[in-house]
Amino acid sequence: MTSVNVPVVESALLEIASRKGIKTGRDRLAEMSPQCGFGELGTCCRTCYMGPCRIDPFGDGPQTGVCGISPDAMVARNMLRETVGGTSSHVGHARHVLLTLRDALDGKAPYEIKGESKVLSLAKIFDVPTEGREIVDVCRDLVNIALEDFGRQDELPNNWISKRAPQAEQQMWKDLGLMYSNPHNEIETAMHASSMGNDADPLSLMMRVLKMSLIDGWSGLALTVDLQDILFGTPEVGFTEAAVGVLEANSVNIATHGHNPVLSEKILYWSERMNSEAVTAGAERINVVGVCCTGNELSMRHGVKLAAHNSQSELILVTGAVDAMVVDIQCIWPQLAQVAKCFDTAFITTDPMVRIPDAHHIPFEPQHADESAQQIVREAIAAFQRRQDKPVDIPQHKSEAVVGLSVEAIVGVLSKLDPDDPLKPVIDNVANGNIFGFAGVVGCSSIRFRDGAMTEEMVKHLLAHNVLVVTTGCTAHILGQAGFLTPGATNLYCGDGLKAVLTALGEAAGLGGPLPPVWHMGACVDNSRVVDLLVAVADRLGVKVGQLPAVGSAPELVQEKAISIGGSFLALGVSCHIAPAPRILGGPMVTQLLTQDLADVTGAVVRVELEAKGAADWMIDHIGEKRAALGLDLATVGAP
Amino acid sequence: MNKAIFTLFERCVGCKGCEIACAVEHSQSKTLATAQHESPRPRPRVRVEPVGAYTFPSRCVHCEDAACITACPMGAMTRNHDTGAVYVNQDKCIGCWMCVTVCPFGGVSADPSSKRAHKCDLCPERTAQGLSPACVDACPSGAMVFATPEEFADQRRRVTARASVGAVNEIPENAALWRSLRGEKQS
Repeated sequence: MTSVNVPVVESALLEIASRKGIKTGRDRLAEMSPQCGFGELGTCCRTCYMGPCRIDPFGDGPQTGVCGISPDAMVARNMLRETVGGTSSHVGHARHVLLTLRDALDGKAPYEIKGESKVLSLAKIFDVPTEGREIVDVCRDLVNIALEDFGRQDELPNNWISKRAPQAEQQMWKDLGLMYSNPHNEIETAMHASSMGNDADPLSLMMRVLKMSLIDGWSGLALTVDLQDILFGTPEVGFTEAAVGVLEANSVNIATHGHNPVLSEKILYWSERMNSEAVTAGAERINVVGVCCTGNELSMRHGVKLAAHNSQSELILVTGAVDAMVVDIQCIWPQLAQVAKCFDTAFITTDPMVRIPDAHHIPFEPQHADESAQQIVREAIAAFQRRQDKPVDIPQHKSEAVVGLSVEAIVGVLSKLDPDDPLKPVIDNVANGNIFGFAGVVGCSSIRFRDGAMTEEMVKHLLAHNVLVVTTGCTAHILGQAGFLTPGATNLYCGDGLKAVLTALGEAAGLGGPLPPVWHMGACVDNSRVVDLLVAVADRLGVKVGQLPAVGSAPELVQEKAISIGGSFLALGVSCHIAPAPRILGGPMVTQLLTQDLADVTGAVVRVELEAKGAADWMIDHIGEKRAALGLDLATVGAP
Repeated sequence: MNKAIFTLFERCVGCKGCEIACAVEHSQSKTLATAQHESPRPRPRVRVEPVGAYTFPSRCVHCEDAACITACPMGAMTRNHDTGAVYVNQDKCIGCWMCVTVCPFGGVSADPSSKRAHKCDLCPERTAQGLSPACVDACPSGAMVFATPEEFADQRRRVTARASVGAVNEIPENAALWRSLRGEKQS
């Protein structure tokens, strides 16, 4: 593992961990290495009990499983199950928010509708009448349309994809047999098809992967984000700070960690109202900070400070300054409970699905959200009292960050230039080459790549070549901590073309400086906002999304969710860079399908590059090819 | 000559199947399910070491002129003249680590529970039945060969000859791609 380019935040926190004798993920990864090549290749099959089976990659040993399954079918089947893991996570998140909204409308859960404008814009999409109707009644109709998708057995097209997704792409998906009805039925079918003795055709299995990814895109991501915007409001441009330096030694620090804002919104609400209890306990105030994607959710809507991305979640605990880490769902390392035990930190799990030994479990149900949230805030204040007067180690690293760039917020900024055609300035500048293209750099933070600053280095290359970057998830934390979400980064990193555009846009919009070169569009679930932005631009240009000079990247893949999100971009025709390699390399046909032949199916390919410059170079080349296909003049591109 | 274990490290996938098989063979129960609960915990005498894009299953090579035997002041390091294996007589070992000091391969280690020297013994119970050592048998990619030096050299000569006339099977493209990405990750 290279250590030449370790981000300063990690260096500082790892030094504290080492001094305090606390092992970290990096130590565990070193102990785990070398990791099993069969696992990396995807040719380890544990589907039945004649196995486990492994394929000899060098050709002399076994070339099929005991049942006769080919290596290609093996890797495709394993990938399908990974994709189901990702899609289930987002569909489960969506359904939780949906039921919360239903209960709120029925007066059974203490939440209001803060996003009236989202209710109205969705009503238009779903043909729900609004004239002379109460907003709650319109909203109830939308809830029923969403609920219908989870109950239907009629095989009719799913409402959320058929009404919400662009038409040209829907036709392509229909032709490929990828459209779906009830997401739960499809998850069941995928698990069934991938169990022993069913689908053994690698191509058929890979089409199932694409279908499962589409379900993630529309009944996971888009549905979740639409409903969260209804409940909590659509994000608007705001300012915050990022990195561990946002912890405050003399405040009650509550770190919210996970993905579902139904809990963290209530923590924030009650922290503001119970501040006096903290002051009475001797604290300056209650400081709610965000970790991982529930942190992004709060930051996007309330400017809550961003304390840590996922792979730093254990590291910020070694400061001793986190009084409570309260977690909801997804990406919660069990190790957190063990590190918290070394300090006065209350580590609080809340979801019945996320039970961790040695955690303090406070069950959270939306129906009793206020009571649970108050109990959690009180636990945090009690923990603060336990740690009072003990020394803490808070590295004083943090960066300013512009957040809240929902599609609505972006259009809002651009409307100040051209209210009738807000996207026109962007499109004009894409045409003249000032904006070479778009890159969605999204996903996780991986300790495999952190110590080489993979994401930061890749984005530097992209910006220098005038590629505008949008980001979500833990990637947004990484880029926020490194200062990429600031107007200053535009001057520091951008090529001349992009710098000129962002400066003109920022000044015309009355921001008194350039727009940042990397736009924070939210949590990982908010990748649907990236899709909505691409769809809006494609729609304005009258082309398919796959024709845009745009590319995706998950430079530090960790979670299965990144596989299903990536698949949803591939289904749209947007090519994706990924690192590390997905576990398919043991199947030569599947490898060729994803890296080459998929171009003839949806128009997209996957590219694996483990090194930042190589990844950026491929993305820039790929955008160049898309520009050429659109007939845009490459000569106008300003190289750095 | 006696058989030894030869390593074709370019075929090692790093799954550590050899480590598990070794520990089980040297357990009391010789069964994975129960061996993992035994006390003292069975320990492997082969370790898979990462080296860039490659992994190398490393163990005692049972030198014909073994420095550990010469260095042992207690005469605990012993040659089995039937198999050629060098093994530790646990009753004589005093844990002075002279053998660890002089072994150029790191083939001898210290067992933390017994505080005695700990090393590969070439699985005497298996070889007595005409079987290969447990690690060789467990390797799913053929990275270890149990053969006499003459047999191994013969084999190598044939491979080299075939490569010289262009008849060798190359490593499959997808396996080469995986190997190159692994190298990139480590560098």
